[in-house]
Amino acid sequence: MKKLISILFSLLLPLSFTSVSKAGGHMEAEVIHWWVSGGEQAAISKFAEAWEDMGGTWIDTAITGGDNARGTTVNRIIGGNPPTAAQFNISKQFVDLVEQGQLQSLEEVASAEGWRDFIYPPELIETCEFEGEFYCVPVNIHSAQWMWINNEVFEKAGVPKPNTVQEFIAVAPKIQEAGFIPLALGGQPWQEGLMFDVVASSTLGFPHMAKLYRDKDVEAFRDGKMEMVLQTYRDLNSFIDEGAPGRLWNDATAMVVEGKAAMQIMGDWARGEFAVAGKEAKVDYDCVIPGKEKYVALGGDVFVFPKNSDPKVKEIQLKMASMMVNPTVQANFNNAKGSLPMRLDVDTSAADACMQMGLDLIQQPSAIMRENDDWNSPAFTSAWEDIISEFRNDPNYSVSAAMDDLEAVLTSGL
Amino acid sequence: MQSLTRNLASKIALLPMIIISLTVFVGCIIYSFVYSLTGSKLIPALNYVGFKQYEMLFKSRKWDVAVENIFIYGFVFTIGCLVIGFLLAVLIDQKIRGESLFRTIFLYPYAMSFVVTGLVWKWVLNPTFGFEHSMHLWGFEWFKLDWLVNRELAIYAVCIAAVWQGAGFVMVLMLAGLRGIDDDIWKSLSIEGVPKWKSYLFVILPMIRPMVVTSIVLIAAGVVKVYDLILALTSGGPGFATTTPAMYVMENFFSRANLGQAFAASIIMFISVVCILAPWAYYEFYFRNKEAKA
Repeated sequence: MKKLISILFSLLLPLSFTSVSKAGGHMEAEVIHWWVSGGEQAAISKFAEAWEDMGGTWIDTAITGGDNARGTTVNRIIGGNPPTAAQFNISKQFVDLVEQGQLQSLEEVASAEGWRDFIYPPELIETCEFEGEFYCVPVNIHSAQWMWINNEVFEKAGVPKPNTVQEFIAVAPKIQEAGFIPLALGGQPWQEGLMFDVVASSTLGFPHMAKLYRDKDVEAFRDGKMEMVLQTYRDLNSFIDEGAPGRLWNDATAMVVEGKAAMQIMGDWARGEFAVAGKEAKVDYDCVIPGKEKYVALGGDVFVFPKNSDPKVKEIQLKMASMMVNPTVQANFNNAKGSLPMRLDVDTSAADACMQMGLDLIQQPSAIMRENDDWNSPAFTSAWEDIISEFRNDPNYSVSAAMDDLEAVLTSGL
Repeated sequence: MQSLTRNLASKIALLPMIIISLTVFVGCIIYSFVYSLTGSKLIPALNYVGFKQYEMLFKSRKWDVAVENIFIYGFVFTIGCLVIGFLLAVLIDQKIRGESLFRTIFLYPYAMSFVVTGLVWKWVLNPTFGFEHSMHLWGFEWFKLDWLVNRELAIYAVCIAAVWQGAGFVMVLMLAGLRGIDDDIWKSLSIEGVPKWKSYLFVILPMIRPMVVTSIVLIAAGVVKVYDLILALTSGGPGFATTTPAMYVMENFFSRANLGQAFAASIIMFISVVCILAPWAYYEFYFRNKEAKA
């Protein structure tokens, strides 16, 4: 008898838990994201606080590494246990999810609140809109198009600060002679790819880049300018220290912060590392958008809301989406994150000199640049990155061989 | 019919295992193959593209490098572990003082996870702050140890870390074998005046053959599985010089959202393992049976 009871009990136990969690499901939201560093945690907690002020419960599922976090989200959607909200990048990463009907349309709240009127720049609407309906909430803008410069190192080396990658190559030998590492790089494929894109777009300009990445225009690719870019990229190699392979981006930034290296080409999230070290923009360090034409790239993050079999969840999701675009929440969040907000009517008085450059630039529509992953699948961008990374690491990989391989990716239909 | 009811109880007992093998292993292999013929991206989808994924796989420079690496790694790691493990066992077998201390030291790396091993060696071999840097600070400016960042040598750096971890384990197995050798054999060998190295190589080594075979099997299983060590040590870099087939599959599965390609690569991995195992299985189950009957 005792045994029977215990068996019955063990059978009932899971049921009792499910009923409890259902009862406690009032405005309960689980959010998967990959913001785990100090500044990033501070930023996501602004969302959590705002959500809790609305009477909700925030279940934070932070997973280190964007790849891992996105993988978890997709696995849980396929496994039938989707989170309430999940982070992706402003890119094509989640297109498949939309096409397979896995994401909740946010059109109800988007049209009610007039998202199309205030989301800026309009390219962000393009990213989130599929067949006339909103499927994601852009929350911030990060631009990759920056050179981070240690002023003191340039003074000690006695050379002027560069405005373009080419100017940097001209002065770099002197920096090397002065005993500094001219260029700090983390030798991971995404960082090598980022640096290549900055070299390419600052040399060729955005319209030409769009021909490559958006139109897959082989003629534009073969017009002789790309070889030049690859050569410039290779020239940079001799100014990078040999410890680069596998280095993390923030370790490379730290080399610039500490004055071991003169410069790093990295997105504007590097600013956080300078801020944490107590360095002041334009005084201790400088930020330069390379090239004659200045661009601000539309990188950044979005949140998507996977469909849930429980109809109550939809209500919660729409409320959360509305919370994320709220101007006050946007101001708090982006000031903590150091990124640009996705609307113009946000208080950005806390912005430092570098962030202000980005804010000024983003208001000129012609300065807005789209990137490889805005137009292409992760399969395409990573195949492209593979070649760039191999080209940087293998001195025997000739420019013409790399051109052939890049063209193969361009025409692969990935 | 009779053969079906023979040992019925044990057959019933094996049923869950049979069902699991069929559904999980065979089922998943079939599933993987079917989806390797599709253009699945982030989510499995049945949009057939024929053998295009395989075509892309074999054209990929990265896959070529990965396959080459697994052979280099397999060869160096297996031989390295066996040779060093055996030598360590022989040295310890000399009835030295503090034997248990050395045994612990040599076996200790095996107690660490591959991730820890990878990180430790990543720091040791890093030219800007690792061993090379220390040597420079001590005044040996000419010293160079850039294996980890040299794309030709990086895979051997991985092998060093792996051998460092695996050799101790082989040592313990071999030592157990050596301790099982009867003292009389040693006595007769010394009466015959056989030099020590010759007795180890030609008499003792064949006698501990079961230990050698066990070591090889365990090491070989580790070769196919290698993933975490490389991820921690080089993340497949510099460039993709140290990538392996398993990493290629994982990458396409998760970060690249290219499921079709990942399935195709895993099917090829599966086929290669079968190609290596089939002759052995044939020998074990067919040839041996024949031998036993004859």
